[in-house]
Amino acid sequence: MSKFQKKQAKTKQSVPTSAMPDVVFMLLIFFMVTTVLREVELQVQIDYAAAENIEKIEQKRLVSYVYIGPERLGGGRLGETRVQIDDALVDDIGAIRNIMYDKLLEQPRLIVSLRVDRDSEFGIITDVQQELRHAGTLRINYSTRRQI
Amino acid sequence: MIKKRTRDDAEIPMSSLADIAFLLLVFFLVVTTIDVDTGIGLILPPIPDDIEPPPVRERNLMNILVNAQGMVLINEQPAAIANVRDQVKQFIDNHGVDPELSESPDDAIVSIKTDRRTPYNVYIDMLDEVMGAYEELRHAASMDRFGVPFSSLEQGSERRAEIQEMYPKKISIAEPDEG
Repeated sequence: MSKFQKKQAKTKQSVPTSAMPDVVFMLLIFFMVTTVLREVELQVQIDYAAAENIEKIEQKRLVSYVYIGPERLGGGRLGETRVQIDDALVDDIGAIRNIMYDKLLEQPRLIVSLRVDRDSEFGIITDVQQELRHAGTLRINYSTRRQI
Repeated sequence: MIKKRTRDDAEIPMSSLADIAFLLLVFFLVVTTIDVDTGIGLILPPIPDDIEPPPVRERNLMNILVNAQGMVLINEQPAAIANVRDQVKQFIDNHGVDPELSESPDDAIVSIKTDRRTPYNVYIDMLDEVMGAYEELRHAASMDRFGVPFSSLEQGSERRAEIQEMYPKKISIAEPDEG
């Protein structure tokens, strides 16, 4: 026994961990509630345009997305501008009318969100808009980022 | 003789609970995409039946044309995108003073026409400026009447509807040219 024994504090040194599961569960529930599982696999490349005067879409249930942008090919190459609805690329622009009309029957207050690549030409958007007008889905929204 | 019974503690081990919770937490962290849906809202005009659209007086119509190079014509006069907002504001908020501009905000129609090869971001910039003009006018009207900014008026409230009625957004996307 050495003469100079280290003085040790008598208090316990462990952090109480019994409340940890509660904390973790709280975080877990937060993330579960806010999570929107990604429903579609994007087959087109989209780089959003930015704008200042934008509005939020509050009711996500009403929204249906149309993606327009250059097609992603293998190896990071980009192809021609294509239109994607749900999981598939649309070959025939004229088919959009029927797809959107069916969606409108399911959800009469449908908002169509156009997610368009910023470098697209406006012609294809005009075509899609004409189809939307034929389908009767008149509420649209040009998806944009907030300008910083 | 009494047999001594030792009872096992009937407890579920709780120490691994945290691990399980963490695992789930990490899963949700990874799959979460907090993307907000923001954008510029617009209502497309319905497909016209064979009925002729009601005639619009020349002065109530502001024609904005964007060509394939992203250059802007307002009522046949070349303009810069930066000036569009002021011009649109003047046009809408004229109240019949200038004979060249609109009779009242209710009559004023802003028509945007594009070429097939106009870049999308130029169009969005353009639309953004027009929306900005309306937003500024509504803000001014709201400050004047209620003393609060337009953005603080509640969605669906009477006051908001009143301001919106004062400056209705009448933006027309022109029928595309054939070919």
